Amino acid sequence: MNIHEYQAKALFEKFGVPVPKGAPATTAEEFINALAVLPEGPTMVKSQIHAGGRGKGTFTDGFKGGVKFCKSKAEAREMAAKMLGNTLVTKQTGPAGRKVQTIYFTVANQIKKEYYLAILLDRMSSRPVIVASTEGGVEIEKVAHETPDKIFKVFVDPAYGLADFQVRELVFRLGFNPAEGKNAAKLIRNLYRLFWETDASMVEINPLVTTPADEVLALDAKVSFDDNSLYRHPDILALRDLNEEDPKEIEASKHSLNYIALDGNIACLVNGAGLAMSTMDIIKYFGGNPANFLDVGGGATREQVVAAFKIILGDPKVKGILVNIFGGIMDCDVIANGIVEAVREVGLRLPLVVRLEGNNGVAGKATLAKSGLTIVSGDSMADAAQKIVKLVAA
Amino acid sequence: MAILVSPETKILIQGITGDFGARHARLSLDYGTKVVAGVTPGKGGQFFEYAGHKVPVFNSVADAKRSTGATVSAIFVPPPFAADAILECADAGMDLAVAITEGIPIRDMVRVKRVMQGHATRLVGPNCPGIVTPGAGDKSQGGCRIGIAPGYIHKMGHVGVVSRSGTLTYEAVYQLTVRNIGQSTCVGIGGDPVNGTSHLDVIRMFDDDPDTHGIIMIGEIGGNAEVEAARWIAAHCRKPVAGFIAGATAPAGRRMGHAGAIVGGAEDTAAAKIAIFKECGIEVAVTPSDMADALVRAAEANGIKLS
Repeated sequence: MNIHEYQAKALFEKFGVPVPKGAPATTAEEFINALAVLPEGPTMVKSQIHAGGRGKGTFTDGFKGGVKFCKSKAEAREMAAKMLGNTLVTKQTGPAGRKVQTIYFTVANQIKKEYYLAILLDRMSSRPVIVASTEGGVEIEKVAHETPDKIFKVFVDPAYGLADFQVRELVFRLGFNPAEGKNAAKLIRNLYRLFWETDASMVEINPLVTTPADEVLALDAKVSFDDNSLYRHPDILALRDLNEEDPKEIEASKHSLNYIALDGNIACLVNGAGLAMSTMDIIKYFGGNPANFLDVGGGATREQVVAAFKIILGDPKVKGILVNIFGGIMDCDVIANGIVEAVREVGLRLPLVVRLEGNNGVAGKATLAKSGLTIVSGDSMADAAQKIVKLVAA
Repeated sequence: MAILVSPETKILIQGITGDFGARHARLSLDYGTKVVAGVTPGKGGQFFEYAGHKVPVFNSVADAKRSTGATVSAIFVPPPFAADAILECADAGMDLAVAITEGIPIRDMVRVKRVMQGHATRLVGPNCPGIVTPGAGDKSQGGCRIGIAPGYIHKMGHVGVVSRSGTLTYEAVYQLTVRNIGQSTCVGIGGDPVNGTSHLDVIRMFDDDPDTHGIIMIGEIGGNAEVEAARWIAAHCRKPVAGFIAGATAPAGRRMGHAGAIVGGAEDTAAAKIAIFKECGIEVAVTPSDMADALVRAAEANGIKLS
């Protein structure tokens, strides 16, 4: 789960990670109160959406920049009015963009130097890794590619936690002066505590900055959490912003379905994540384009199949459906009945290819055949994929 | 011979009295697997009764092991208690803990994995379908089925299968069985980013197992476990290997069902992994329907006839 920058910064403050003074606002009326919290002078105005590249983004009405530096609070209010309710397109949002529903105002601090700091899970070692760089404010992937020697990593032993010598190593490598170093060490320790105690999957500060007063501040904040652990963090779950999620994905999660919308026109309904991914792949392989990832799970019920069909058909791009079920334990005939029921209930008019294999598969195929519905049967994944691609192209 | 478990292996089931655990305990008993104990704290002294089987339930793994000689545990307990269940296996000195549970917090697994470095217990999973060593009977009955895989699709034989995905494993096994090619052992290592046993761990075991003549390795986008295994295969493996990577069409940054199936960088994409597979001499299945055929091609190129 992702949260907004203003939420992440509130969390930072709670854990003792210094951030520039700031306040969020969700309406034009709230701009006044939010700005009242800040001192007069240079102010940043930041669109709050769950996507990167905001500063270089463009709004759908042509206004450029989702993050603006303003010389005064009055100017900040003017800029915020142009952003709020407007739709911001960045390289991470896709062409549809995201509607800006919250504006975050912060003090525009004077900056001495920019750094990069992040904590995430290193899969190879199964340990948290702290990644830091003297090159902040730019794309870290680019730094990693072009000047890998400017990226420093510290792997944290979960049995002990972050050790002081590791914090010192980072501080020395980043080349802070003694006063900055003291502040940076405290910030790194507190950031690690935040990462660990909140079950974060990633915290990223880009840029981390030093000021003329030797303060060390998180100018930006990206935090995402491990979905599996949200049950034990109700305070974090409360930060979830459904506006940032696809309504079809929200509906799917209510039925314990795992759905992700894609750009194509062939919908798929599959049991199991790996099989669902490779069903998308095989559609593409035979020249089609998948409309979604949809995993109904290992023990799909009739109700889930009906719900899945409704979600799939809620996407106007969909021109055909491929159902791929390998019923290992679950009874294929139960699934077949679910499909027939779903097709009748939603009044399906699009081509439908079903590949049903496994437990009681023969009975399942028979159920589909005698349903009187125009359901095309696929013998293997390859056969089924070729059939749906052909039907949709026709 | 097989790897990790044989038809003689005695297993216990943690969470045998829950719906999920009970259902699969019955299926394993039907398959002929030696399910000798169940563990549910607070229900020690009861029995899990099914089709003439009377499986004793214990309060702890240590008690169950002491009384029945079980060496392997299948873990079906809910996510908040699963890390504890794994540690209990390690403390009791089980040979193997197979964690089926899906949705364990990653931080719990980070800690568990670190603690287990000091123990002899091997962990497979979590979020995995388990392990099947097929038996000699009809529809591979009499084998050892740990977890949630459908036993009947297997056939006793000489192909090792290792995979991060459940249903994709069944797909591969089914393709082999309909071609009359049997399996030595099929291992689901799970779809989480932190797991106990890696592709490479299993590949090494298959390489050392005289009864395994060929290997199918199934991977996904995310992480570099498949790449690590591929490089080892290129340098050391003595057996033909076919590979498949799911997720070629998955967009970057989206978690595709499995917590571990997410593209983060340039090197954990399907295209990058497939390129490395090819470089390492692994016969790549062009579609998921091609997994068994890909292994047959790899075997024939080495003059090996699989059965």
